[in-house]
Amino acid sequence: MNKSVFFGALAGAALAGGVASAATLDDVKARGKLNCGVTTGVPGFAEPDANGVWQGFDVAVCRAVAAAVLSDPTAVEFVPTTGKTRFTALASGEIDMLARNTTWTFSRDVDLKFEFTGVNYYDGQGFMTPADLGVTSAKDLDGATVCIQTGTTTELNLADFFRSNNISYEPVPIETGAEAVQQYNAGACDVYTTDASALAAQRANFEDPSAHVIMPEIISKEPLGPLVRHGDNEWADIVRWTLNALITAEELGVTSVNLSEMGGGTNNPEINRLLGTEGDLGAMLGLDKEWAKRAIGVAGNYGEIFEKNIGESTPIGLARGLNAQWTDGGLIYSPPFR
Amino acid sequence: MTSIADHTVTRSKSSFKLSMLLNDTRYRSFTFQFIALIAIIAFMAFVGGNLVRNLAEAGLNISFQFLKDPAGYDINQKLIEYNSQMSHGRAALVGLLNTLIVAFLACITATVFGVVAGVLRLSNNWLVSKIMSFYVEIFRNVPVLIWILIIFSVMINALPAPRDFRGDEASASMVLFDTIAITNRGVFVPSPEFTNSLSVAEQDVAEDGSIVPAKGWQDFALIFGVLFLSWIAAKLIGSWATRTQEATGSRPTTWYILLAVWVVPLVAVLAFLGLTWDVPALKGFNFQGGLQLRGSLIALWFALAIYTGAFIAENVRAGILAISKGQTEAAAALGLRPRRIMGLVILPQALRVIIPPLISQYLNITKNSSLAIAVGYMDVTGTLGGITLLQTGRAIETILLLMLFYLTVSLLISALMNVFNNRMKLTER
Amino acid sequence: MTDTHISFVRHEEIPPSPPPVAERGVLKWMRENLFSNWFSAILTLVALYIIAKFLIGVFPWFYNGVWDAGSIRECRDILEGRFGACFAVLVDRWDHLLFGFKYPQSEYWRPVLGFVLLVLAAMPALFYMYIPTKFLIGTALYPFLAYWLLWGGTLWLPIAVLAAIIATAFVFRFVEAMSVQMRTILAGLVGVAGAIGLAYLLYLGAQELWFISDSVGSAGGFAAIAGYLFKAASIFTYIFAIPMGIFVGYAIFQSAEDGGLVTVATALLAIYLMLAYAIGPVSEFLNGLIPIELQAVPSRDMGGYMLCMMLGTVCVSLSVPLGIVLALGRQSKMPLIKGVCVVFIEFVRGVPLITLLFVANVMLAYFFPPGSGLDLFLRVVIMITMFSAAYIAEVIRGGLAALPKGQYEAADSLGLNYTQATRLIILPQALKISIPGIVNVAVGLFKDTTLVSVISMFDIVGMIRGPIQQSTDWISIYWEVYLFAAVCFFIVCYGISQYSQWLERQLATDHR
Repeated sequence: MNKSVFFGALAGAALAGGVASAATLDDVKARGKLNCGVTTGVPGFAEPDANGVWQGFDVAVCRAVAAAVLSDPTAVEFVPTTGKTRFTALASGEIDMLARNTTWTFSRDVDLKFEFTGVNYYDGQGFMTPADLGVTSAKDLDGATVCIQTGTTTELNLADFFRSNNISYEPVPIETGAEAVQQYNAGACDVYTTDASALAAQRANFEDPSAHVIMPEIISKEPLGPLVRHGDNEWADIVRWTLNALITAEELGVTSVNLSEMGGGTNNPEINRLLGTEGDLGAMLGLDKEWAKRAIGVAGNYGEIFEKNIGESTPIGLARGLNAQWTDGGLIYSPPFR
Repeated sequence: MTSIADHTVTRSKSSFKLSMLLNDTRYRSFTFQFIALIAIIAFMAFVGGNLVRNLAEAGLNISFQFLKDPAGYDINQKLIEYNSQMSHGRAALVGLLNTLIVAFLACITATVFGVVAGVLRLSNNWLVSKIMSFYVEIFRNVPVLIWILIIFSVMINALPAPRDFRGDEASASMVLFDTIAITNRGVFVPSPEFTNSLSVAEQDVAEDGSIVPAKGWQDFALIFGVLFLSWIAAKLIGSWATRTQEATGSRPTTWYILLAVWVVPLVAVLAFLGLTWDVPALKGFNFQGGLQLRGSLIALWFALAIYTGAFIAENVRAGILAISKGQTEAAAALGLRPRRIMGLVILPQALRVIIPPLISQYLNITKNSSLAIAVGYMDVTGTLGGITLLQTGRAIETILLLMLFYLTVSLLISALMNVFNNRMKLTER
Repeated sequence: MTDTHISFVRHEEIPPSPPPVAERGVLKWMRENLFSNWFSAILTLVALYIIAKFLIGVFPWFYNGVWDAGSIRECRDILEGRFGACFAVLVDRWDHLLFGFKYPQSEYWRPVLGFVLLVLAAMPALFYMYIPTKFLIGTALYPFLAYWLLWGGTLWLPIAVLAAIIATAFVFRFVEAMSVQMRTILAGLVGVAGAIGLAYLLYLGAQELWFISDSVGSAGGFAAIAGYLFKAASIFTYIFAIPMGIFVGYAIFQSAEDGGLVTVATALLAIYLMLAYAIGPVSEFLNGLIPIELQAVPSRDMGGYMLCMMLGTVCVSLSVPLGIVLALGRQSKMPLIKGVCVVFIEFVRGVPLITLLFVANVMLAYFFPPGSGLDLFLRVVIMITMFSAAYIAEVIRGGLAALPKGQYEAADSLGLNYTQATRLIILPQALKISIPGIVNVAVGLFKDTTLVSVISMFDIVGMIRGPIQQSTDWISIYWEVYLFAAVCFFIVCYGISQYSQWLERQLATDHR
C-alpha cells in the first residue's frame, strides 16, 4: 500500500495531475515486476503448486516475457482474474498483459480494444459424454442436458451449434470446472462441454477415464493467446515477439539444453539473429541483444513448455494436434526473425 | 452566498459578524450545509474527472446500446419467451424474473421454516428443542455461500440421476403412482393440459387419431377467472350469512352452498377445456413432459430458505419471549390448550415484534439470491451481470443496471412490507 | 430397655422410600421432556430416526477417512472403492487454506501472532466491565502492530504514523492552551494557508467539472443534460472558490479568541503534512539508523482464512466510526446532510454485497487517478467498509432512538454544545445499547467476506474453488474442504455470537 500516494489522492492533490500515459515497457521496468493476469486455476495452464508457485502453460508465457524484459523469470506478479474481471483488469492497467485462455475474437480485438499478440494454443469446444449413453456424434444430443463452464465463448458456440442443427438442449451453466465435473459425474447432465483441452484434462483425472468419450465434433475455433491493451504498440511487439521467439526456437531446434552452446554462434543466421549473436533485433524492441535467449532459457522452447505442462507425459495428456509446428502439419507458425 | 445575504437583511447590519456563521446556531447549519455541498461537488469533480479520463485513456465509452444486440446464449429457465436470438435486454428481463421467483419462493419457505423452528425451539420436548438450537446455530454461523455450495452438492449426489430410472433393474423409481420423478436435475411433476385448449385455433390430431392436448395462458386465465368469480360469490354468501345472523341470531348453514360455489363451476370449466395430465416420462436423455422444477432452482430456493429460516427462527423466538408470561397464563386460565394459546394468543401478538426484522430478512433473501450463479441458476446476476457482462465486456454499464435493479426491488419490498407493518400496528390499537 | 410394654416406638425416621420407577431418574426426565404427550412422543421418535439415519450415513465416511495421501488419485487407491473421506487434502493444503498460497511459509508465525494479539487486544474492549480502562491503550496500539506483523516492512513506518497522530494530539492541546495573542498570529497564518489552499482546491475542482461537462455533454441525449448540470456546478464552484477560501480563512482567523476552529484546522493541517510528507522519509531514516524490518508481504499475497479474518477485522473496526457519523448525520436537522446520509445508507443496504464487490473490482479503479496504487485489497476494504458502515449506522440509529428525549434536553440545559453533548452524553449511552447489534452485524460481515472469492481473491472459499479444486492433484475434491471451511467459520462466529448473547444478558440487568 502506497500510503502517501493514497493520502495525496484523497486530499485532492492529484486533481491537477494530467494523464501521464507512460509506455508500459517503462512502467514495467520502473516497477521491476511484470503484472501478468492469469486464471484462478486451470489444470496444466495456470495453477499454483503446493508451494504456491504458479505453474502452467500460460504462466510460462508470462515468465518468458519477464525474462526478456527484466532478465528475471521470477519477477512476475501473477494476478488471478475471473472471466468477468480479466478485461477490466487489463483495461484499467492493473495488469500489463493477460495470458489466460482467452479466445481471440473480433469483438474483443476491435470493440473491447485489446491487441492479441499471437496464439499459443489452438483449441476448440468439444463434448464429453459417458460411454454407456452410446452417443457417437454431438448431433445425436437432441434433448440432452448440457453442463457448460461459463466465462468463455462456450455458451454462444453451444447456442449456435444446437440452433444450426435444429436440435434442442437444456443448458446448465456452471462457474468452475470442478463443479461442472461434479455435476457431470453425478449424472445431473448428460454432456459436459468446454474447450477440448480442458475436457481431456478433466477426463484424465476421472476415476475411470475410459468410461467417458469425447465426441469427434469440435464446434468452434478457440485460438487462445496472450493479449495487451490497444495503443501501446511497442509493448505489444515485445509480447508478440517473445511468444514468436519461443515458437521459432522449437522450429530451429533451439532447446534449453543446447541454448548456451548455440548462443555462442552457429552457422544458421536466423538462430544467430534470434539469440542476438548477429544483428541487433533486441534494440529495435527497446531491449538488449540477449532478450530472446533469456526468454527461451526459462523453460525451453514452445515444444518443451508444452510437453512439460500439458503434454502426453503429464496427467493432462494432450497431444500436439493442431498445436504442432507447421513443419509437422500443425498451425504453430512464427513469422521469421529478420 | 445568497443565504447569508438574506439573513443579513433581517438582522441589523452592524451586529452581523462573519464569525457568526460559525458560532451562531441560527446560521451555523447553513454554513455547514454549504460546506457539505462544496465538498460533495469537489468529490464529484474528483471522481468524475478521473472516471472520464481513465475511460478516455482506455478507449472506452459508456453506452447502453448493447442491450439491443442479440444475446446469443440460451437460458434454461424462462418464464417469458426467450431464445438466443433475442436481445441482451430480454435476457436480463428473463434473469430478473428468475430472481424474483426464487426470492419469492424462498421468502415463503423461510418463513415456514423459521416459524416452525422458532416455536419448536421453545418446545417442552428436550430433544426437539436441542435439535432446533443446533439447526439455528449451525446455519447462522456458517456463510451462506458455503451452504449454497454444500446443499447443491448434497442434492446432486444424493438424488438419483435420470439414467438410474432406466432399464429393467432401475435403481430409482418415480413416486406417487409413477407421476412424480425426483431426480438430481430437478423434480418433474405432471402439468395440466387441455384437449379443448383455447390457445390454439384447432387442436392437432396425432397419427392414431387422438387429439393432442395443448395449453396456453388463455386456459389458465379462464380457470383463474372462474375461481375469482367463485371467490366473490363465496364472499357474498358469507356476508349474507353474517347479515342473517345479525338479524335473526342464528347463522344459516352455508358450507354445502360454499362447496357447490367453489366446486361446480371449476369442474364445469375443466370439463369444458378437457383436462388431462401431462405426466413426465423418461424419453431419450431425460424426463420429458410435465413441469420441471430445475435442480438449480430447488437447491438455491432450499439453501436460501433454510439459511434464512435459522435467522427468522431467532426473530420468532425473540418475538415470543417478548410477550409477557401473563398472556400465556391468562389464556391458560381461559382454558385454552397450549397449542391454541400459541396460535391464538401468543403468535398474533409476537407478530408485531417479528415483522420488522422479518422485512430485513426478506431483503437479505433477495440480495443473497445474487449468489445463484454458484449453483448455475440463471438469475439477473447470472444473465446481465454474468454472461452478458462477459460477452459484451460492458462491466460498468451492467453493474450499474444490476445495482439499480436490486435497489428498486429492495425499496419495493420494504415499502410493501412497511405498509403491511403499519396495518398490523393499526389493528393493534 | 427391658420394659415389658411392648409397644413399638420407632426412634429413628424411616428413610424416604424412592419414588416410583416412572417418577424418578432418567425415566422421569424422559417422560417429562421427551414423551409428555403423544405429539411430543411422535416428534421425539421422528427426531431420533433422523439422527440415527444421519449418523449411520455419515459415520463410515469419517471412519474410512484417509489422512495421508499426496493426491486424490492416491486417496482413491487407498480407499479401494470404500465410502470414505479424503482428509489428506487438508493435511496437504493446510497452509493454503489458512494463509493462502503466496504468504511466505517462513513468516506464518506473523499472522498467528497477530491473531493471538488480536484476541488479547480485543479483550479490554469486549469485557470493558471487568478490565481496567488503561488496557484499552493496548487495543489502540494493536492496529499499528498488526499492520507491521502482517504486511511487514519496517516497524518505523507504523511507529511514525502513530507518532504523527500523537503529535497531532499534542498540537491540538498546545494550540488550545496558547495565549490569545499567540493564537491570533497562528490563526492568521493558518487562515491564510487555509484560504489559499481551499481556493486552489476548489479552482481545480471547477476546472475538473468543466472538463467532465465537456466530455459528457458531447454524447447527446440524457448525457447532454448531465453535461449542463456539470457545467452549472463548475460555474458555481468557480464563483465560490475564492469567496469560500476567504470565508474559511477568515473564520479560522476569527476563531482565534475561543480557539475552536483554529485548533482543529491546525491539527488537520499538521496531520496532513506529516502523513503526506514526513512519515516516509522519517521512517526510512530511522530504519537506516536502527533497522527493524520484517519481510514485506504485499496484500495480494494474503489469502485463505487469514484473508477473511483480516477483511473482517479491518472493515468492522473502520466501519464503526463511519457508521456513527452516518447515524448522527441521519439524525441531523440539516436537510442536505441528512439527505446525503439517508441516500447513502439506503443505497448500500439496497444492493447485494456482491455487486459492491464487482464495483470494487472493475469500477473503483476508474474513480482514482491513474497509477494511484490502490490495490484490490484496499479497494475491497473500501467497499466492504461502506457496506457494513450502512448497517452499523442503522443499528446505532436504533440506539440513538432508544435514548429517552430527556437525555438530549438535559444535555442542552447543561449548556453543552452539540459536540460535547454527543460525545459525553448521547454516544456513550447509545453505543452501549447498540453493542449487541453491532456484534451481529460484525458476524454477518465476517461471513460475507467469503464473497470476495467471486472477484478472484483467494480467501478460504476462493482457495477451495480456485487453486485446490483446479489443481492437478486435488481436482474436484469437494466435501472435505467445504466442511473444513464451514468448521472454521462456525468456531469463530459461534464464539462471537455467544459473546453477544452474554453481553445482551449483562446489559439487560441494568434495564429491568
